[in-house]
Amino acid sequence: MRYLPLNNQDRSAMLATIGAASIDDLFIDIPEEARLTGPIHGLPMHAPEMAVERHMKALASQNLVAGDVPFFMGAGAYRHHVPASVDHLIQRGEFLTAYTPYQPEIAQGTLQMLFEFQTQVARLLGCDVANASMYDGSTACWEAIGMARRITKRATALLSSGLHPHYVGVAKTMARFTGDALVHQAPSLKPETDIADLIGQIDKNTSCVVVQYPDILGRVEDLSALAQATQAAGALLIAVVTEAVALGALRSPGEMGADIVVGEGQSLGVGLQFGGPYVGLFGCKQKYVRQMPGRLCGETLDAEGKRGFVLTLSTREQHIRREKATSNICTNSGLCALAFSIHMTLLGEKGLRGLAEVNHAMAVTAAERLENVPGVKLLNASFFNEFTLVLPKDARTIVRALADRRILGGVSLGRLYPEEADLANGLVVAVTETATLEDIEAFATNLEELLA
Amino acid sequence: MSRYFTEEHEWVEVEGKIATVGITEYAQQQLGDVVFVDVPAEGKQFDKGDEAAVVESVKAASDVYSPISGTIVEGNEVLADEPGLVNSDPEGDGWFFKLELSDEAELDALMDEAAYKKFVADL
Repeated sequence: MRYLPLNNQDRSAMLATIGAASIDDLFIDIPEEARLTGPIHGLPMHAPEMAVERHMKALASQNLVAGDVPFFMGAGAYRHHVPASVDHLIQRGEFLTAYTPYQPEIAQGTLQMLFEFQTQVARLLGCDVANASMYDGSTACWEAIGMARRITKRATALLSSGLHPHYVGVAKTMARFTGDALVHQAPSLKPETDIADLIGQIDKNTSCVVVQYPDILGRVEDLSALAQATQAAGALLIAVVTEAVALGALRSPGEMGADIVVGEGQSLGVGLQFGGPYVGLFGCKQKYVRQMPGRLCGETLDAEGKRGFVLTLSTREQHIRREKATSNICTNSGLCALAFSIHMTLLGEKGLRGLAEVNHAMAVTAAERLENVPGVKLLNASFFNEFTLVLPKDARTIVRALADRRILGGVSLGRLYPEEADLANGLVVAVTETATLEDIEAFATNLEELLA
Repeated sequence: MSRYFTEEHEWVEVEGKIATVGITEYAQQQLGDVVFVDVPAEGKQFDKGDEAAVVESVKAASDVYSPISGTIVEGNEVLADEPGLVNSDPEGDGWFFKLELSDEAELDALMDEAAYKKFVADL
């Protein structure tokens, strides 16, 4: 039996209801130049499988692949070495599950894995409790802002200028519908973060202060004073970590008093993958757990007194609480969370600290070398594995020219903040354990030639 | 001192201008084991019918509506640590909140104990 749920009449009726003239109207948010107008270029409507494969491979080879060249891009997504054992283990049959595999009667393995994941995340972020993951760091960040509104019954969020602009963008999109006021401005090229300014801006309407650690320019600052000032005013401190490996070396935001800590877990176990899927991390203080979004797995005893795992505090969630739920998320990033958890397990605490140490050491080596390029200044007074260089000219054109020389030399601030002329010379450089001394030398030498 | 009831299975005990509100024995039985209660903070103002508290049991999460208009003078903080009081003594120590009435005439629309008993018997 063929199942054809819709005919053209059904489609027309649906389009008329929402006021769209055609299916294509649903895609107008995608810039016109990025849309495919006909068949894929050079590919006929009918061709043998082998010919199609060859053609697609040729198209793919036009990409400059992260793993093939000296690679220094970060700004929210980081290239790390993921051991082959991670990919092997996540594909084991025991982890293959139906969608929404949360029934305790049949999914003890998955639920235990989620429980272990939560334990790892809670310890990493320095929180009492962590959930079973969110879609990615940016949505986790927005969910934290919404959670702060519910707890404080206030609706003005102060976003640090050091918060990733894509995270700000996601929050702005969502705030259009919830009415939260978001206070934010672009960062300035200074070695200090804006913590002192943020403290001065907190008032009785502030629901939360959102600060990234390390921030978009790679700067690292103690959050303790900000946590105290925020909480003294009855607001919450939300800390955002886009590079999870940093917490192998730095004091966790939870330890510094943050009420909610969110992050992007891509760095561990999950590759760059063209920008997704990733895995959002979400932790908070125990006293706020009932306002937390997302799936939460708990350990319990079954009727025979044996240890078991179940989803818990489900009354926060949409399938029970409908429109009064804490969030519309009714799932988690299961596979990416599994990869994160396995990578973390393989590393162990000692391994994570070692990995973080290597990252920082390589970044220090690179910063010292690049700072010696005539005309180049290092902005940061402190950093983990990512720092900002100030070039004597527009960084965007330099990044392009470096790419032409097969070097991916960082993310220009002009790309992240196209409206901010003052930031155009800024270049954010990430250096992980995947960079070699030769890569650093190639980057520095070519940068020197391009600036000469 | 007189006690009133609502079709939402709340009871209201009035003493002077102060009304104490909780859920009834019938409501407690329907909910099953109560595991969490969220009571309103002092100073909050409610109109009749506003959501004032949340009660969660192992079976369901329900809103508790303010049966009358007024300003909260006290939430039962004991319930945070002992939500089970709602099961063991719903119409006594398991009260939810006390509020100062803003319109005593609203009480006339509520049921007395006899009327509520009949209401429950007919369910």
